[in-house]
Amino acid sequence: MSAVTPPLPRWADVFLLPLINLLVALSICGVIILIIGENPWTALVVMLKGAFVFPGSLGYTLYYTTNFIFTGLAVAVAFHAMMFNIGGEGQAYVGGLGAGLIGVWLAPSLPLLIALPLAVLMAGLFGAIWGIIPGYLQAKRGSHIVITTIMFNFIAASLMVWLLAGPLMELGQMSPRTPSIAESSELVKMKSILAFFGVETARSPLNLSFVIALIVSFGVWVLIWKTKFGYEIRTVGQNAEAAHYAGINVSKIVIWTLAISGGLAGLMSINEVLGVQHRVILNFTAGYGFTGIAVALMGRNHPVGIFFASLLFGALYQGGAELDFEFKSITREMVLLIQGMIILFSGALAYMFNPPLARLLAKFIKPKENADV
Amino acid sequence: MSEFALQLLYTFDGTLRLATPLILCAMAGIFSERSGVIDISLEGKLLTGAFVAAAVAHTSGSPWLGVLAAIAASVTMAMIHGFACITHRGNQVVSGLAINILASGLTVTIGIAFFKQGGQTPLLGKAERFGPNEWWFVDLFNHVPILGTIYRELISGHNVLVYLALLAVPLTAFILYKTRFGLRLRAVGEVPAAVDSAGVSVTWLRYRALILAGVFCGVAGAYLSTGQGAGFVREMSAGKGYIALAAVIFGNWRPVPALLACFLFGFLESASSRLEGVPLPLIGEVPTQLMLALPYIMTVLLLAGFIGKASPPRAIGEPYIK
Repeated sequence: MSAVTPPLPRWADVFLLPLINLLVALSICGVIILIIGENPWTALVVMLKGAFVFPGSLGYTLYYTTNFIFTGLAVAVAFHAMMFNIGGEGQAYVGGLGAGLIGVWLAPSLPLLIALPLAVLMAGLFGAIWGIIPGYLQAKRGSHIVITTIMFNFIAASLMVWLLAGPLMELGQMSPRTPSIAESSELVKMKSILAFFGVETARSPLNLSFVIALIVSFGVWVLIWKTKFGYEIRTVGQNAEAAHYAGINVSKIVIWTLAISGGLAGLMSINEVLGVQHRVILNFTAGYGFTGIAVALMGRNHPVGIFFASLLFGALYQGGAELDFEFKSITREMVLLIQGMIILFSGALAYMFNPPLARLLAKFIKPKENADV
Repeated sequence: MSEFALQLLYTFDGTLRLATPLILCAMAGIFSERSGVIDISLEGKLLTGAFVAAAVAHTSGSPWLGVLAAIAASVTMAMIHGFACITHRGNQVVSGLAINILASGLTVTIGIAFFKQGGQTPLLGKAERFGPNEWWFVDLFNHVPILGTIYRELISGHNVLVYLALLAVPLTAFILYKTRFGLRLRAVGEVPAAVDSAGVSVTWLRYRALILAGVFCGVAGAYLSTGQGAGFVREMSAGKGYIALAAVIFGNWRPVPALLACFLFGFLESASSRLEGVPLPLIGEVPTQLMLALPYIMTVLLLAGFIGKASPPRAIGEPYIK
């Protein structure tokens, strides 16, 4: 660097920078919409209405949000150990298998109080297994975690196609899917919960997993910042060599971090399998695992940030679906574009706006350190 | 020729056709990764190339213009990757992922806006795509037993891009091992500081490596939509970029071994479609999914050192800071 860059104030790093990144991503998409020959402003209004205003739309937005909280947390936990878990997609898919196996084949003979928690637990456990293998290979055999998790996504996809179209397929069905899960392992809809308290809401797929996602978020915050294990994760992430000399078992931390990360991704499947579809269907992960990467980057790997980033992406997904109805030439794929831009600007180009912004802010705000000198 | 031999011949024929995009992408991956830049964006560049080739071939009527446009588009994607991870020293994996997602979104969005066919391009006519090339003397050799059939089925009768892909391998090997540029490119992936202290720009070398990667991926994309297929279908790259990446790793970042890996992976895909529901002697029926997943499984095993040893370029993934 030619000029010394003043440090960016924390509020700017946490709020302003992500906001600028989002605005740049949205503006580029706006230009593309202009080129296509539509009005970007109208598109934005349609998306906002579709995400928050129409009856039931908020429920849909929060339902997508739930998926992104889980996959975002999964990526974030691994990021804290400087591990890039790109395999959330596969871990969620295999997690769904765990939930489905319990829900379809074991739950009918179990009471609700056991069936449901067991199904949720198995979703996490199966995801964890799909994460711990790449973690082990990275820690003990020196495999590159990124490549291994990419490969595991494809292996999971093949495995699931084989299972869903083969041994686990519902009899007499043409589409690859399992039979439906027992009622005792279904996650109750938020509409019913709210109705119990006398609040009437529109129909939506939002279910109890949203609440579980919030509880898990809090759990992740405690884990990362309030426990010895979390401290060790962050130490390994900051400097694995120093961590080693400080007596931390780096391989063990890497392996368990990936297990937790995979488990979190696996939990995403409870929203789909136990909450909405009530069976395991083909490709139910629909790219949510990859979106988790954008969510974690934007949310700065912090559960609070991840919640808001998930809400943003939830709104984009739900609002994007509305584009299909309102426009002839723009569709929900527009959201993929926004997602790609956000990953580019807040991930790969994270430092592009940082130095100029820091210099700009330094002109307006006199840092306290200067006063002391 | 016996029925079995003929089936085998057809499988090899399919292998060549399925391996073509893998070979081109693998060469692209070798250029990029040997220069020290991780390239998981092969997939996105391939997809972009496929869309642009079909769109331009359809609009202009010329498949060659399609190839050129595909190369231009794919190089543009590679330059975004370069801008993020060479110029701004961003995370190469994150950048590659962004390119892949951008490509997914862009191809469909622009496709719908232009052609109004749900993200596809219109079906390409005969003149708008690369047809099979009959080689000389096919009729003459036809009477020669065995070799004549092999000549007709396996060697002759592919489109020009298949042969280009096969030529890309010696070309890559030549550039890497016999030119000054290639020497520097390999050096910059191992010890960039040494190249820098010799007065050669690390940045410009890596950019050139990415341009080459873009060119090869562009041709591969054109092959998908205007050679093998007759038009663009959304998500038509279908993970081939990742399989090519696996082939690069499997070939230890060297052109000829990577070519063999592409043939192996192409063969698995070709054989899996022929063996669907057919019980094999001794092992019985093999699930197609297992055969299709084998490239990924083998790559994992290789990376873990269970079969052979992977030795990636030493400076891969690290942005160079002067």
